[in-house]
Amino acid sequence: MTYIRFMIVGLVLFSVLCVSMHVNAEETMSVQVKESEIRATPSFLGKIVAKVVYGDRVIVSEKNGSWTKVSLKGGGSQGWMHASALTTKRIVLKSGQTNVLTGAGQDELALAGKGFDDQVEASFAKQNKKLDYTWINMMETFKVAPEAMNAFLVQGEVGAPSEGGPQ
Amino acid sequence: MKRYLLATGIVVTAVAAFISCSTLVETAGTLGTIVGEQQGYITSAQGDSIRKSTTAVAKSLEEFTPEHEYYIGRAVGAVVLSKYKVYANSRLNDYVNVLGQTLAAASDKPDIFGGYHFLVLDSDDINAFATPGGHIFVTRGLIRCCPSEDALATVLAHEIGHVQLRHGMQSIEKARTAQALTILATEGAKNLGSSEVAQLTDTFSGVISDITNSLINNGYSRSFEYQADQASVELVNRLGYNPEGLIDMLQVMGKNIKKGGLDFAKTHPAPSDRIKEIHSKQKLTSVVEPDIRRERFKAAIADI
Repeated sequence: MTYIRFMIVGLVLFSVLCVSMHVNAEETMSVQVKESEIRATPSFLGKIVAKVVYGDRVIVSEKNGSWTKVSLKGGGSQGWMHASALTTKRIVLKSGQTNVLTGAGQDELALAGKGFDDQVEASFAKQNKKLDYTWINMMETFKVAPEAMNAFLVQGEVGAPSEGGPQ
Repeated sequence: MKRYLLATGIVVTAVAAFISCSTLVETAGTLGTIVGEQQGYITSAQGDSIRKSTTAVAKSLEEFTPEHEYYIGRAVGAVVLSKYKVYANSRLNDYVNVLGQTLAAASDKPDIFGGYHFLVLDSDDINAFATPGGHIFVTRGLIRCCPSEDALATVLAHEIGHVQLRHGMQSIEKARTAQALTILATEGAKNLGSSEVAQLTDTFSGVISDITNSLINNGYSRSFEYQADQASVELVNRLGYNPEGLIDMLQVMGKNIKKGGLDFAKTHPAPSDRIKEIHSKQKLTSVVEPDIRRERFKAAIADI
């Protein structure tokens, strides 16, 4: 029976540790997409109060379905972000860069490791000279602002989206 | 005996607490397995097998980051564009992007690394492609199958579904996924030497050919296509578009599609099968299309 007692004590201690780690992990999250927005309300049509970029750290204060209420680390704007933009992993910035868009070559950002990045893309493109990225780059500049989305839905009399947006 | 039950109760509760801790699922699983072995609930061989499969599950597609998927998507997109010409009609591309990006924004996964972007291909083929990075291509031939904005919305929502359900990523060969993830995991945050870049590039090339083979040549499984149809119905319903638009589109496609073609004729289940499958899942609630929406759709596709 001794080993069972020992194990129980161990398990209980471990679960306490686990729960505390869980809480810590939820407190701060990182932006895992190139760019995203903090919004006034938990909806994709919510007014944008701040822009965030890859690797930015945010503090989590509340969750509502797929939406997370956050504030920028180091003070500043507070509002809602969609869970798909956030990760509990810390994003390692290699050279102090905070913006992947301005990073070049050696300024890769690493998310729990390095990997398929623009360095690999350049090497791949060199081996496949017939591949042309011109239109890929071009199509990535097509961006629709939330106001334009809202206007499009209103103009087309598309039924009102469910309250609070997607859950 | 009572004491024993109490002990078991505490162990079960503690294990449940671990499992709720997502970052430590693997540890908890391992620990639970050890407990099971020691209590004699499972044999040591069974324990080994559980441990192995828990590790295998943990080392899955989840370990690819949104950034990895983005770069994979760019390359897959470049391969698609090596086979199809772009239809550089800005009125149509603008319209498709407003519609598509609005749908994506209302979806379960609005934020992906580089966002969702749409481009029309200059081809009579009935075809569409979605890369893991959110680059979505639709041919003129497929747009011609759409009698309304609602129908086009269901087509774009189907492609958004493929991205979100990670169907492209799932078509990477299992051995390649394991190889790629092993390299990515050992790289750490150190600088890459030229041999490491070469090795990563080889793996990357393999990943791209696995995905483009499925996407362009062989098609996904029927179940992936049905899942994407289901995701499409849910997404257009959420925004208030008419889900019957999907049925309308599939009926036109059934008439336009050429048997033996290398497009949807080869890579997708027959339109009639898709209609049957959609109807077997739910009753669609029809929404009347207002005149203004019909007018703007007509104007946008005028050159199609």
